Amino acid sequence: MSHPENATVFLKDKERAKWHDDTLWIVRQKRDVTIHQIPEWEKLRELASQIKDHTLSKLDFYLEELEKNATANGIKVHWAENAEEHNQIIGKILDEKNCKAIVKSKSILTEECHLNPFLEEKGIEVVDTDLGERIIQFLKQPPSHIVMPAIHLKKSDISDIFHEKLHTEKGNVDPVYLTYAARLHLREKFLQAKVAITGVNFAIAETGEFVVCTNEGNADMGVHLADTHIACMGIEKLIPRRKDLGVFLRLLARSATGQSITNYNSHFRSPSPGKELHLILVNNGRTKQLAREKFRNSLKCIRCGACMNTCPIYRRSGGFSYGSTVPGPIGSILSPGIDLKKYSTLPFASTLCGSCTDVCPVKINIHEQLYEWRQEITKANGASLKGLSMKLADGIFKSPLAYKISGKMMRASLKTLPDSIIYNPLNAWGKGRNLPDLPPESFKDWYKKNRK
Amino acid sequence: MSSKASILAAIKGLNMKEKPLPEIPDFEVAPDLVEAYTHSLTGNKGTVVSKKELEQLILETGFPKIYSSSPAFESFTNCKLPQHPADFADLDLAIIEGQFASAENAAIWLDESNLDLRAIPFITAHLVIVIKKENIVGNMHEAYERIGDTNSGFGVFIAGPSKTADIEQSLVIGAHGAMSLRVVIL
Repeated sequence: MSHPENATVFLKDKERAKWHDDTLWIVRQKRDVTIHQIPEWEKLRELASQIKDHTLSKLDFYLEELEKNATANGIKVHWAENAEEHNQIIGKILDEKNCKAIVKSKSILTEECHLNPFLEEKGIEVVDTDLGERIIQFLKQPPSHIVMPAIHLKKSDISDIFHEKLHTEKGNVDPVYLTYAARLHLREKFLQAKVAITGVNFAIAETGEFVVCTNEGNADMGVHLADTHIACMGIEKLIPRRKDLGVFLRLLARSATGQSITNYNSHFRSPSPGKELHLILVNNGRTKQLAREKFRNSLKCIRCGACMNTCPIYRRSGGFSYGSTVPGPIGSILSPGIDLKKYSTLPFASTLCGSCTDVCPVKINIHEQLYEWRQEITKANGASLKGLSMKLADGIFKSPLAYKISGKMMRASLKTLPDSIIYNPLNAWGKGRNLPDLPPESFKDWYKKNRK
Repeated sequence: MSSKASILAAIKGLNMKEKPLPEIPDFEVAPDLVEAYTHSLTGNKGTVVSKKELEQLILETGFPKIYSSSPAFESFTNCKLPQHPADFADLDLAIIEGQFASAENAAIWLDESNLDLRAIPFITAHLVIVIKKENIVGNMHEAYERIGDTNSGFGVFIAGPSKTADIEQSLVIGAHGAMSLRVVIL
């Protein structure tokens, strides 16, 4: 399904769509408040952008540095060319441990690789431990936002599914009550798990360590209780130096939720005595994106979600309308690189207002890349309906006579034609919009009357 | 070809021109670091308490299971460090020492030298971190300067209690980890 079709489904529940729009705008406003507390905000964005640009320009060097230093620290480093290999590596580790249940903290990469269905097919129980992720896992849904995975749901939805799965009181929608029910349920899972999987926010080449940020503490609850920790990262998550974290940790949470920092920022450098620590470096198309010069810097993304919260289209169409693992503006420039045909409507899901670019903490020129993708897609897909009408208009504007006649005809016919003909499916501009009121005469006629 | 070799070859094949790595300059910090720290911690839903206030709280609340690795509160410890962290699932209060803290966001740095078990600050129901006044720095850049190249298997910045807003953006304290964070500044 295309983005406009999916968005139409989302917009059917007007009240919920309005709530979604308003709620994300509040998050955007919170971001504005916290960034204004830092006079050097723009300087930090510039630094972050430069650090990421530098890293990408020497990515092979830094990946080897990371592997060397992490290995020296006692971390087992694996390389995966694609999603399948990533899943196989995890499957093999779990087989070796004869592990039948894992706990997992939020990782968009494992969503991208469809790790959960892969493991479930092997008979392994996967428990997503981020509260939002656990909720959508119960509902068998993907996340609709990369930072707030359950932002599309109302507390009544969550109350219903918790009543079914966790036997909470029917109709009790109190967020505190529901969160505590999840706390008890997940604590049991944490205490039993032998293997914990996490994502990675930043990996540091210089020290061979990696950083995981959460507010709930679920990543730490998982890994410190388990015997084996498997961390999965896209190869673009690298930064060169430990001190670079000072820049990125100041930017990440402020951009994401308007907090000054996430409450837990854990640095993993070597396993606890007697335990195991694995780090999987995943490509899955990233080197292809790196090869596209116009789109290369989309790999600077630190997954804060700020571009989603600010986007007038995302807020009014919901994360599912994009049909991609990463939705919103950043998803619309990453996804066409993965499958141009499947995601061909995404770069058009934008007003090109540029708000995404303005809020991006690593200064990705998102709206410009959306525009670039549109060129690529139009080239690949040929003429569209809008393209045909543009050609028609081109003919009319070229000939003064044609212009005069068609103007008169339109003024006469639009008054009398029924709406069903004017707002026909071929008129893409008539969807959700009304035509302006018709002037009684043309400008030319008016000019003749009023000026000499 | 191994996946490692093919990934590295794909990147090398692009012959990208190296872009410069910037140096990170110093930025201005708050004039009164203790005041700024207290303000930031409040924003993160943590509380600054005095040594006396904490002692009184412990006496009044009567936490059944307390573990302190901070010498200042050692006498309150009433249990032994277990072999396996899961045996601390019923820990009511942990008191640990932090190395230093960043005033701009209330984040406190702890590493394995402060953590007898990595799980302690997460698994405990309530957490107290003790820091010294002179160990409050201005921002995260100064914090990483302090960390320097120290080598610890695990280190963490903790800035508040466990929290979530995943249900309709309503803030709830105590998702999986500690349900409260109190900081004693000595």
